Amino acid sequence: MSASAKPIANTRSATGIPTARLITWWVIASEIVIFGGLLASYIMHRVGHPEWADAASHTNTWAGAFNTFVLLTSSLCAVLAHKAADGHDGPKAAKLLRLTSLGGLIFLTVKGFEWTKDIHEGFVLSSGGFWSFYYTLAGLHGLHVLAGMIIMLIVAADAAKNQELQRVECIGLYWHFVDIVWIFLFPLLYIAR
Amino acid sequence: MLERYLTAASTYAHWIDYQFLLIAVLVGFWLILAEAVMFWLIFKFRAKDGRPTQYITGEEKQQTRWITIPHFLVILCDLVIIVPAIMVWYNIKQVLPPPDETVRVIGQQWAWSFQEAGPDGALDTADDIRMVGELHVKVNTTYHFELMSRDVVHSFSVPAFRLKQDALPGRTIAGWFRPNRVGTYDIQCTQMCGIGHAMMAGRIIVETQQDHAAWLMRNSNPAVAEQRDPPASATDGGLTMAEMRR
Amino acid sequence: MSTQVVHAEPGILKKYFFSTDHKIIAMQYLFTGMAMALIGGFFAYVFRMQLGFPNQHVPGYGIVTPGKYNALVTMHGSIMIFWVAMPVLIAAFGNFLIPLMIGCDDMAFPRINRLSYQIFLLSALVLLSSFLVKGGPFGGAWTAYPPLSAVGAYNLTPIGATLWLIAVALEFVAFLLGGINFTVTTMNSRAPGMKMYDIPLVVWMIVLASVIFMASVGPLVAGAIMLLFDQTMSTGFFDPTRGGDPLLWQHLFWFFGHPEVYVVLLPALGIVAEVVAVFARKKIFGYKTVLYTTWAVGFLSFVVWAHHQFVAGIDPRMANIFSVTTLLISVPITEMVFLYIATLYGGSIHLDTPMLWALAFIGEFMIGGVTGIFLGSSGTDIYLHDTYFIIAHFHYTFVPIAIIAVYAGLTFWYPKMFGRMLNETLGKIHFWGTVIPFNVIFIPLFITGTAGDQRRVYSYAQFAEQSRPALQHLRTTSTIALLVMLSFQLVFLFNFFWSLRNGKSAGANPWRSATLEWTVPSPPPHGNFAELPTVYRGPYEYGLPGRADDFLPQNVPE
Ligand code: HEA
Ligand code: HEA
Ligand code: CUA
Ligand SMILES: [Cu+2]
Repeated sequence: MSASAKPIANTRSATGIPTARLITWWVIASEIVIFGGLLASYIMHRVGHPEWADAASHTNTWAGAFNTFVLLTSSLCAVLAHKAADGHDGPKAAKLLRLTSLGGLIFLTVKGFEWTKDIHEGFVLSSGGFWSFYYTLAGLHGLHVLAGMIIMLIVAADAAKNQELQRVECIGLYWHFVDIVWIFLFPLLYIAR
Repeated sequence: MLERYLTAASTYAHWIDYQFLLIAVLVGFWLILAEAVMFWLIFKFRAKDGRPTQYITGEEKQQTRWITIPHFLVILCDLVIIVPAIMVWYNIKQVLPPPDETVRVIGQQWAWSFQEAGPDGALDTADDIRMVGELHVKVNTTYHFELMSRDVVHSFSVPAFRLKQDALPGRTIAGWFRPNRVGTYDIQCTQMCGIGHAMMAGRIIVETQQDHAAWLMRNSNPAVAEQRDPPASATDGGLTMAEMRR
Repeated sequence: MSTQVVHAEPGILKKYFFSTDHKIIAMQYLFTGMAMALIGGFFAYVFRMQLGFPNQHVPGYGIVTPGKYNALVTMHGSIMIFWVAMPVLIAAFGNFLIPLMIGCDDMAFPRINRLSYQIFLLSALVLLSSFLVKGGPFGGAWTAYPPLSAVGAYNLTPIGATLWLIAVALEFVAFLLGGINFTVTTMNSRAPGMKMYDIPLVVWMIVLASVIFMASVGPLVAGAIMLLFDQTMSTGFFDPTRGGDPLLWQHLFWFFGHPEVYVVLLPALGIVAEVVAVFARKKIFGYKTVLYTTWAVGFLSFVVWAHHQFVAGIDPRMANIFSVTTLLISVPITEMVFLYIATLYGGSIHLDTPMLWALAFIGEFMIGGVTGIFLGSSGTDIYLHDTYFIIAHFHYTFVPIAIIAVYAGLTFWYPKMFGRMLNETLGKIHFWGTVIPFNVIFIPLFITGTAGDQRRVYSYAQFAEQSRPALQHLRTTSTIALLVMLSFQLVFLFNFFWSLRNGKSAGANPWRSATLEWTVPSPPPHGNFAELPTVYRGPYEYGLPGRADDFLPQNVPE
């Protein structure tokens, strides 16, 4: 048997929701509780440690704000890609997806600069509670951005050949999720005083 | 009931023992009933050829009755259990009766060390008595303890008192007990704390007022206290609370 | 339409090692689980020997030092829960049964399914590898409370601790992938006509278990990352001297840890439901009520976690709330148990081996359950916390689940899995040889627990009250009973492998069962159904009035 040949199981839809979208939602759901747990722990500590505020004030709010903007625009591209896919215009969808992952790339580059700066100023993972959470949260989110980009490029490659267009929507959903996580992280890590 | 297995030597030991008995009776009744019904059904309805099985959905009113009635009875039992349970908890853990004495209990890998007030009756003074693995207390006296840990999580447990409280690094946890029976009892550590966990034993010696006074005199002399000081494993039982909190 | 065309038969290696066929993957999980069960059982044997016959040379192992003892207990607990109960109950039965029972040819995402097993296997290897590293495997208990688990200087097994953590994290990932697959498959890939309430209970239970797992494990994954950094990157998430909080881990752990016990309980209850229905020739009493109670349990299981921390230094007022919720959760479970018992009423009960196991599960689990009430009421838990009373409590729940219910399922579906019947006589011998010693192992531990024996202690020599001869006799009794129990497992292993060849061939539906998996040949061919079925009714139509045959399969039109 060829593993790639889809089983009938994959083609059914008893709920009416396409299987691909359904699994994407479940993946997102399971990711939400992971980030939820980490954020909850952070907030708990943050409330307990007002002194973390001045550590937080070292973060570069402008860089964070710019990144927020980048991610939002990239999400817009993802939406447009989905539209194109619905219109069965694979190549266009592919182009837009690649644009989206470009957004991700910019995001990570900015992060890279931020972190090198922080580290040069001597703030590393182990320099106190706030920084531990700062790097862990942002790092975990960064990994999700990276993963999202890679998957997106793969999906784009298929989409360009007008294959597996349903995946365009799914990776889009996932990207929005990564985006929303950042919407939470930004104020909590950069702004909250 | 518990006392058949282990002596009770503190005032609240009996509260816990009675609570245990209450639960044992209530759930015991249900357990036996449920098991009995099950075995009876297995016997009564064992396969016999010529006897068709009945078609019961268990959805009609007069059928669900057989579940809903026990359902409410069990809720009732739970109520009868939870109310005294919380009262016991409240009186042991939530409110502390006014103390006659206060001792400090410090856990560390792998020993308990204790700090008691000397004759002056105050902690953190020169004549404090510091000992490792041995705590001397007066019978019929209400003690408060300040529980702390130097390294990992330990748990201060005196089975005969039905007393158990985890010791957390970086915190001081207060609790109380009132010994009501003279004798020597075990102190355990009941939280996994490394390879020495099983060796982290201690003894609590409950003495009459006189014996305890005599013991105090013998040990309160700072000079004696010095040489009595713990071996390498647990040098000086008494960081000040401030130090402990850090 | 015929699915055979799509699935031509693959080569051996591809077939058994890199297959995406749900049945093969189920077998991979089953055999890995059984192997781990033997390892976990062996560890139990070693440390029980130390407890029964202190400081003597244990045959097949040697002298048990304190450090080794802690490691053995920790590994025993971790393995039995994460590498036996989970893979066998959820992954093995889930993979084998779900597609067959909902009438489709495979999981919705076969390759994710295969990936899930491969990650699981990796996690098992990582865990076992910790026996080879310097310092040996982690010994800080399966609950891994920091700072002990976080600081090498405290636990003296720096590498072992990290490997344990990585292994557990990988295992979580494997079951997240698997669970998502199960859930999506069951939601979307059901046979035409199979409505929500036509799904067999075991499928329901495995899926709900997967969902509960998914919802509860997240925070612990986060916690695992934090603990990993504490271990390796000298962060201080759980280090009080650096603004961290040791209690945080305990909350994250038990927020998962408690739901987890129901994650393994539910599939067991599902298996038992199927078996009881078939061998009592009865419709499950109140199928829907069973589901409602399950949902109630699922929901409540998220609000009881701190009953593991009553005396851990949390705010004492919190204990009251959790004590109440804990007693509350006993209500739906009680109800579920009673529904199962009620199902027996008016049946015609055939006591074949699977049924014996199923009934034993109900009988034994109730004992484990009621003893949970002693722990749930905060007052008594002050004394019972971390005593052998708790050990006995959860072995009276876990062994029925991971051993007894598993045997019920194995003996019941063995014909479907391998096309041959197990030997009935050997089965009965194995049954009595397991269930009787099981009680003799753990009832004495209830007594030593109420007498104050604390957990995770390699020797009670230091403790006058625990050194009483009477208690030592009980410990020895328990150990001897274990030896008996273990030796009878050989009967099962022999029966299992002997019958693969020599058992009499089963035919499609040896138990005259009404669910879909029995409508296909045993073992089911690749792609399961030659003709994909349509479903017309619920899974438990037994003893229908006015019919010659006493059962009506789900796929037979009226
Ligand atoms: C699958 C396993 C499993 C299951 C199903 C349960 C079920 C329950 N458990 Fe158990 N538990 C564990 C596994 C399990 N537990 C483990 C592993 C630990 C220890 C972890 C560690 O520290 O290492 C533990 C520890 C544990 C504690 C912490 C003790 C401590 O550390 O101090 C508590 C406290 O509340 C508790 C309570 C309960 C309760 C109330 C139930 C209830 O769900 C039980 C409900 C069932 C019944 C009640 C039986 C059926 C009903 C009847 C027969 C009718 C009569 C009943 C009444 C009148 C109420 N358990
Ligand atoms: C599923 C969970 C599970 C199971 C099944 C068992 C099974 C057993 N456990 Fe254990 N146990 C735990 C989970 C489990 N345990 C946990 C979580 C702890 C706490 C660890 C800690 O404190 O950190 C613990 C701790 C623990 C202790 C306390 C140690 C201490 O605190 O000092 C003891 C002491 O006697 C013990 C004994 C036993 C015994 C005698 C069995 C016997 O029933 C074992 C018999 C063995 C078998 C029956 C295996 C044979 C299997 C086959 C032949 C293959 C077929 C099986 C399948 C197909 C699955 N266990
Ligand atoms: Cu200290 Cu165990
Ligand atoms: Cu629990």
